[in-house]
Amino acid sequence: MGINRRDFLKLAGLLGLGGKAAFELVLPGEVEAAVAKTQAAGTRWALVVDMRKLTDKVAARCIEACHTLHNVPNYLEPPDPKLALSEDLKNRWQIKWIWTDVYEHAFVGFEQDHQWEKLQGMNFLLLCNHCDNPPCVRVCPTQATYRRPDGIVMMDMHRCIGCRFCMAGCPYAARSFNWRDPRPYIPKINPDYPTREIGVVEKCLLCEERLAQGQQPACVEASGGALIFGNLNEENSPVRAALRAHYTIRRKPYLGTNPQVYYIV
Amino acid sequence: MADYKNEFGWFAPKPTVEKKIYNLTAVAVGLGIFLVVFGAPVLLNMGKVHPVPQPSVDTPAIQKLAEKERQCVEPTEWMRANHMQLLWDWREQVVRTGERYYTTSRGKKVLASLSNNCMECHTNKSQFCDQCHNYVAVAPNCWGCHLPKEQNVAKAEGK
Repeated sequence: MGINRRDFLKLAGLLGLGGKAAFELVLPGEVEAAVAKTQAAGTRWALVVDMRKLTDKVAARCIEACHTLHNVPNYLEPPDPKLALSEDLKNRWQIKWIWTDVYEHAFVGFEQDHQWEKLQGMNFLLLCNHCDNPPCVRVCPTQATYRRPDGIVMMDMHRCIGCRFCMAGCPYAARSFNWRDPRPYIPKINPDYPTREIGVVEKCLLCEERLAQGQQPACVEASGGALIFGNLNEENSPVRAALRAHYTIRRKPYLGTNPQVYYIV
Repeated sequence: MADYKNEFGWFAPKPTVEKKIYNLTAVAVGLGIFLVVFGAPVLLNMGKVHPVPQPSVDTPAIQKLAEKERQCVEPTEWMRANHMQLLWDWREQVVRTGERYYTTSRGKKVLASLSNNCMECHTNKSQFCDQCHNYVAVAPNCWGCHLPKEQNVAKAEGK
């Protein structure tokens, strides 16, 4: 006994229709929900970097503000000269929440043989993109990193087991691992904010502790207008206004992570 | 009754084996070493009186409070038994849900933070936290990241 191609296709088509109907019966609305875009209500924090206003000096000020506030260790220039590291270790151990890199490194995939001269070697201010579809959250085995409803990709240091899957998952190198106790390398400890321990991964949390008090992130406050912060779901927020008025680019959008840090060039 | 036949022949009695400890010196030395090693903690601490820890609540921040307000977020007895669970709950609540305030059983809203609330009053970690923790030999890992703020106070008082 056999079945010819025509009958097989008919049957398969019927089964396919039945499957969808069965899904609707058991889990109504789930199929649509799985492919629907993220919710448009509530808060969705985002950051716009205005590269026309961002000089190296402003960028340094932003980094300084962030790293002193959050007790980020400085392995490049340790507070105690006795703790100085070899060039190799400096790069491997470096902890960065917010940092700068040139256009060619930051915007891989945007290369052109002939491009706007100004972009060449332009220093971009880089930080965690707080993606809508964060790969780090997907790979975290303990849910130590997770996505908050307001879009912040949050870290729960208490749960981090230091497996570094998230570092492998993040295409923006926004995560750093504590290869050793960071405390001796913190120039001036801010007692109001915890440090980290050896063996955990850390990154920018978009100053969620400041947002809870109704303040702007530290880098935005220090930038003097070069960084624009706000709620993407609010029609009149400064980020929406900036995105409406300017052409912006994002880092590696083709990977499907939907990064939420925009750059006006 | 002996078996009617065993390996020694018909109705043969089993030969008796002399009951004695072989290698008595070696066994005695080994036993002695065992007793000394395993008994050492008991022997060394015998007769010593370990004072019951007296965690101090005498800090400038607490002294500054009015007599009526000089109380922890929950009753002292409850805190003594359950502070670790409370801190665990705070940690889950603040980090996972973003809710930074805790409503006490007296209906007061307080900041749920170890460094920024508990340690603001208890600025004497070594005289307060460590007293009992050392006594019962527990090492909470809070202080790997959170800062006790003790040095700060010492500095401020020095001025």
